[in-house]
Amino acid sequence: MATATEPVAVPVAADISDKSPRTSFNFGRALAWIFMILVILASLFPFYWMLRTALSSNNALYAGSDSLLPVDTSWGGFERVFGLQTGQEAIDAGGAGQPINFWHYLANSVIVSCLVTAGQVFFSAMAAYAFARLQWRHREKVFAFFLAGLMIPAIFTLLPNFVLIKQLGLVDTLLGISLPTMLMTPFAVFFLRQFFLGISREVEEAALVEGASKVRVFFRLILPMSSAPLATLAILTYITSWNDYFWPLMVSYTDRSRVLTVALGVFKSQTPQTGPDWSGLMAATLVAALPMLVLFFFFAKRIVNSIGFSGIK
Amino acid sequence: MATIADAPRRKRKDDTQLAILFILPALIGFLVFLLWPTLRGIYLSFTKFNLLTPPEFNGLDNYVRMVQDPVFWNSLRVTVYYVIVNIVIQTALALAIAVMMQRLTKRTWLRGIVLTPYLVSNVVAALIFLWILDYQLGIGNRVLELIGMDRIAFLADSNWVIPTVALINVWRHVGYTALLIFAGLQTIPETLYEAGRTDGASELTMFRRITLPLLRPILALVLIITVVGSFQVFDTVAVTTRGGPIDSSRVLQYYIYDMAFGRFQFGYASAMSVALLVVLVVITFLQYRLTRAEQSDLA
Repeated sequence: MATATEPVAVPVAADISDKSPRTSFNFGRALAWIFMILVILASLFPFYWMLRTALSSNNALYAGSDSLLPVDTSWGGFERVFGLQTGQEAIDAGGAGQPINFWHYLANSVIVSCLVTAGQVFFSAMAAYAFARLQWRHREKVFAFFLAGLMIPAIFTLLPNFVLIKQLGLVDTLLGISLPTMLMTPFAVFFLRQFFLGISREVEEAALVEGASKVRVFFRLILPMSSAPLATLAILTYITSWNDYFWPLMVSYTDRSRVLTVALGVFKSQTPQTGPDWSGLMAATLVAALPMLVLFFFFAKRIVNSIGFSGIK
Repeated sequence: MATIADAPRRKRKDDTQLAILFILPALIGFLVFLLWPTLRGIYLSFTKFNLLTPPEFNGLDNYVRMVQDPVFWNSLRVTVYYVIVNIVIQTALALAIAVMMQRLTKRTWLRGIVLTPYLVSNVVAALIFLWILDYQLGIGNRVLELIGMDRIAFLADSNWVIPTVALINVWRHVGYTALLIFAGLQTIPETLYEAGRTDGASELTMFRRITLPLLRPILALVLIITVVGSFQVFDTVAVTTRGGPIDSSRVLQYYIYDMAFGRFQFGYASAMSVALLVVLVVITFLQYRLTRAEQSDLA
């Protein structure tokens, strides 16, 4: 084991060795705080800049490119994003003029994320319960099989999954986007199984002796007792699904199934001839980011504490 | 436990029917959307397939083509370059942030702020920085000008584009990486630092002699997770540069996407996916061995 002892420092009298590191420590502390403040600024400034630009008028951005406050404050960017400006108005304000309606993409994103989250958490919980508590042959073998799924990078399955979704006739539908992650992920099953294993068997045995069925035990006992890990998993799944870009980009072609991330890419590529509609684009970006930031604001503690090594991830 | 009558226990012993019911949805998900696509992806890599007509087996043709394709090799080189810049900067910064948080304050608000960029999508991060780094109007270039430097065409200059994309992704992921390392730091007993302090060791010495060696297994795991993730870079490139200027940011995953959805050559795209998969497996294995991730020094 490594030791921190500096042999040279040993002969120094106890009272001095107690004092000298503290003074250097304070200096170091100040430097460390400066570093952390820079990190905080670097983390948050881009968000402020997005907000500041979204609230500016596009045509004023050129002259006021280094103003720290919004220039010629207006809701124009948001109006273009939600299709509240007519084509000509939008073009005059520096927009692309194509009709675009982020309410629709917002709704699509909400539907996909809800489907994925509800399905994945519930079905994974059922499987995790079977792996943690039910007695059946080959249980451990099947579980090892599931775990092996963790080794496959998600990106490898996207192309063949697209072929499958196309064969199922689900291209350009919200169900097609949701389906591959709606039934399980190996991580979700593993994560929940760990918690179910930790629940005391005695409560469960007591319910069983009183004649409750295992199905009832699962719904009335196991699920309520695991509400904290279930909520954590649900929040993380929701965020992941909301932020996904590559898979929905493959599956959705039209407004019918377009989610926010994909819509942002499309909006960006509709650059008007006069130059990008930055205030509109930043307003759109804000609309896509805000729901997750609000979610984070309410569940920050839970999300922050969920990051660690719960076994594998 | 043993006092409970044996009969009902034995009756419950085998839950096979119920278990099948409980794992059925997840099992279908696993077989249909994970296992089957994996096998099918490997199969498709040995075929000529344009999505409209059924795949035709063509042996090793795709792999022969891949070895001879200069764009493929360029993509691989660009990707590796990206991964190196991304991982080196991100890991160094994350380690620094984690250690500072450990020594300064363990309050949740600080960890929350550091994690905030991770909550938005790659697309959002890419677009914000596309604007901040815009050559004409971006505040980044205005700041460069104010401190007397020349403007930089961050995402339009073939020398700058990969470091820029790498830094955008550092911005989004460094907080998450820092929190993983921070979680690892909590496993190091505080008594070791107390002992170090009584012996008059400086913070730097303690970092070198206590923190780094004991953090090694966690750091190795973090590296494996982040390197594997980093190799899959796609979103940022797709939104900002689409591989340009002239292939200088055409990372492998973008080339694969373009081959499949731009040119409908699914067979060749699958072969390159298999190549990426092999690269990832080899790297994971090497890192695991080299960093001895399974052994802890905290015995």
